[in-house]
Amino acid sequence: MLHGLVNSIDPYFLQILVNIGIGIILALGLNIITGLTGQLSLGHAAFMSVGAFTGALLTLKTGAPFSLNLFLSGLFTAAVAALIGWPILRLTGDYLAICTLGFAEIVKVIFLNLEITNKALGLTVPAPRSTLPMPVIVLMVVILTIGASTFIQNSRFGRALKAIRDDEIAAESMGINIARYKVQSFAVSAFMAGVGGCLYAHFLGYINPSDFGFLKSIDMLSMIVLGGLGSIPGAVFGASILSAAPEFLRFMSQYRMLVYGALLVFLMVFRPNGLLGGVNITALVLRKLGVRPRGTARKKEERR
Amino acid sequence: MFLQQLVNGIALGSTYALIALGYTMVYGIIALINFAHGEIFMVGAFIGLLMVGVFKFNIFLAMACAMIFCMVLGVVIEFIAYRPLRKSSRLSAFISAIGVSIFLSSLALMVFGANAKGFPDQAFSSRQIHIGDADISTLQLLIIGVSAALMIGLEFIVQKTKIGKAMRATSEDYNTAALMGINVNFVISFTFALGSALAAAGGVLVGMLFNAVSFNMGLMAGLKAFAAAVLGGIGSIPGAMLGGLLLGVTEVFGVAIGYSSYRDAIAFAILVLVLLVRPTGLLGRKVLTKV
Amino acid sequence: MTALLKLDNATIRFGGLVAVNGVSLEVEKGEILALIGPNGAGKSTIFNLITGIYPPTEGGISFNGKSIAGLPPYVIAGNGIGRTFQNIRLFNQLTVLENVLIGAHTRGRWGLTGALLKMLPPVRREEGRLLKLAIHCLTQVGLAHKAYEQAVNLPYGEQRRLEIARALAIEPALILLDEPAAGMNPQEKRTLLDMVRNIRDAGVTVFLVEHDMKFVMGLSDRIAVLDYGVKIAEGRPEEVRANPAVIEAYLGKGAVR
Repeated sequence: MLHGLVNSIDPYFLQILVNIGIGIILALGLNIITGLTGQLSLGHAAFMSVGAFTGALLTLKTGAPFSLNLFLSGLFTAAVAALIGWPILRLTGDYLAICTLGFAEIVKVIFLNLEITNKALGLTVPAPRSTLPMPVIVLMVVILTIGASTFIQNSRFGRALKAIRDDEIAAESMGINIARYKVQSFAVSAFMAGVGGCLYAHFLGYINPSDFGFLKSIDMLSMIVLGGLGSIPGAVFGASILSAAPEFLRFMSQYRMLVYGALLVFLMVFRPNGLLGGVNITALVLRKLGVRPRGTARKKEERR
Repeated sequence: MFLQQLVNGIALGSTYALIALGYTMVYGIIALINFAHGEIFMVGAFIGLLMVGVFKFNIFLAMACAMIFCMVLGVVIEFIAYRPLRKSSRLSAFISAIGVSIFLSSLALMVFGANAKGFPDQAFSSRQIHIGDADISTLQLLIIGVSAALMIGLEFIVQKTKIGKAMRATSEDYNTAALMGINVNFVISFTFALGSALAAAGGVLVGMLFNAVSFNMGLMAGLKAFAAAVLGGIGSIPGAMLGGLLLGVTEVFGVAIGYSSYRDAIAFAILVLVLLVRPTGLLGRKVLTKV
Repeated sequence: MTALLKLDNATIRFGGLVAVNGVSLEVEKGEILALIGPNGAGKSTIFNLITGIYPPTEGGISFNGKSIAGLPPYVIAGNGIGRTFQNIRLFNQLTVLENVLIGAHTRGRWGLTGALLKMLPPVRREEGRLLKLAIHCLTQVGLAHKAYEQAVNLPYGEQRRLEIARALAIEPALILLDEPAAGMNPQEKRTLLDMVRNIRDAGVTVFLVEHDMKFVMGLSDRIAVLDYGVKIAEGRPEEVRANPAVIEAYLGKGAVR
């Protein structure tokens, strides 16, 4: 039935939707480390690439079902991130950013030289071993990622990350082990990037280490900054717009990237905090529905 | 062999240094990673190529034209894409810089096409000089000489002139400089002009060195130069020179001992290693956080 | 009474500058101790030594009988020392309530797994407990009605109080208040005075740095005086007030006749 439903959608449109879905997963992943923890990563494409190649190789060399494959790709990427993150997350600000960029370039070059990733020729990825059609899998992962992001943002863990973003010294003085939380959030962020990469590999059917260069990292970063840094609806929104934009700009074919570049400048100059920056969607919706945030009513009574 | 590679490395490294200077100066003053800087370098290379190819200018004149053109370009970019964002988050300005970078490289793709273009032979007739067992081309010497002259010129401007003093003051403390009556906007524009001119010169030199100018040459050169700036300690002018030379020399030696397929990773590996030992770069100042 | 916090010949040098020079000091359990001294005397630096922001170059610091010198700040906070900052350091983008919930960080234990398994009863119970604690701390400083405002939008005096609430959420045995009355008007200062007394009465030992003499004299059980990184006097408020060395430090040589 699912297959029938999926098949009834225009394939070109479906392809755009899947692209958007993968974009959302990647953007939400980057949002954890950059939006929530405030550590600028300029090399997230590397994690996407680790996930993509892990996933592709698992499909090629083992008989693992796709769901397990997805999870393992994420897990392996998270482990790589934790390993890299432990030394470099001691660096701050732009030094960290350039270090992540450097690592991404190193990963790319290593993959371009490894036998197992088929060097510069890249890998052809077979269809995923799953009874579910790809768009459905992507949709499910998108929902899971949004759910996990929301949970994280409103938890003790997420608050610690936000504290680190706003003021490291104050956060540490409140008993937060900064190094540990940074590495953890880096790993979670990489997990999502790895899963996104694995989906990307199987959706496209072909991957090449060069696909995961600096510009890919920048794509992800633009998504979350455009939507409004640290905001989940912002990341979803930014990812949707930027994943679809090249398609909608296709009619201008050769001017496409030109317009894209100009658009980025234009949007930043006129909405420097992102399109949804400073807008609290939840509060907005709740207010429209006439609901008061949980706990306020009770506290009013306490004051009396 | 060693001397040969050393000269190769210094020639490459001095072009990295030229680009890195622009990154570091802009960063020192407004703490912005000007990602469009690599594209300015690329535009500079194309302007130089045009001047030599179409107008038959000699190489020095062509370089001067490229520098002047890019000065204007740098100032215009700052005015349009960064100035409105000066009070916003640094990340917004950074994304804006990326937008400019994408814009410029796709513009170059449209105007000049996808194929790399070489400098015509008459641009600079290079000869080989034998020193011991090393073959050193006059082109390499030209590159090293021009870079050194430009860096000395920069050092003179920054240390000895009034505007240089204003630049140093602004970089030390933006707000205090403004309170002391320094026209901060002018200083920033001037910094962009200076940095862009150096990048343009670097572009022309690199274009000749590899005999290739293409729309996408700015990205990797820009990234490496940025790495060089950070390696030396971002914000520090001598640091950028040192970082550039160091990266160039290590890269050339890395390739020479057989890691040619890892060429682009070498620069970054050095960078990561140095930062782990010295988190603020080689000559970067350690900032003590006030609590 | 027993010493809760003990500084033993604590010293820190920044390059050639000796910011704190061989200071020995004891904070008794249950007291309000004030540290005063001219600008740049090294008062905040002492707080930064205690909380681990800077490790002491020499000397020891012990809390509850255990050495804490050289431990990282998060461990020291976890041991039960809360603090506020002279230049307010709130988590500006977050709400008032979130700020205090972060203060309560050490009172919970669920990390990443807890975040992902938010629906499980033990996680929800902990979250509820932390929320209750946070609201209790906010009520103590009279800010419960502002729980959902963004911290950065609070007026200055309320930001100072929010810092106190955040430090209280650690449920500390010792709270360090760095110039809590700075920038407050007389009315706010009187409220603050009562607030600090109530905190002490609730069982928290208070160690504060303050410039406002009237405030300090009316509040503290004991006062220690720092000048050029050296402790020059210590005692009850009236003793310190009459101490010639203190008057000289504040008013300059020749002021004492």
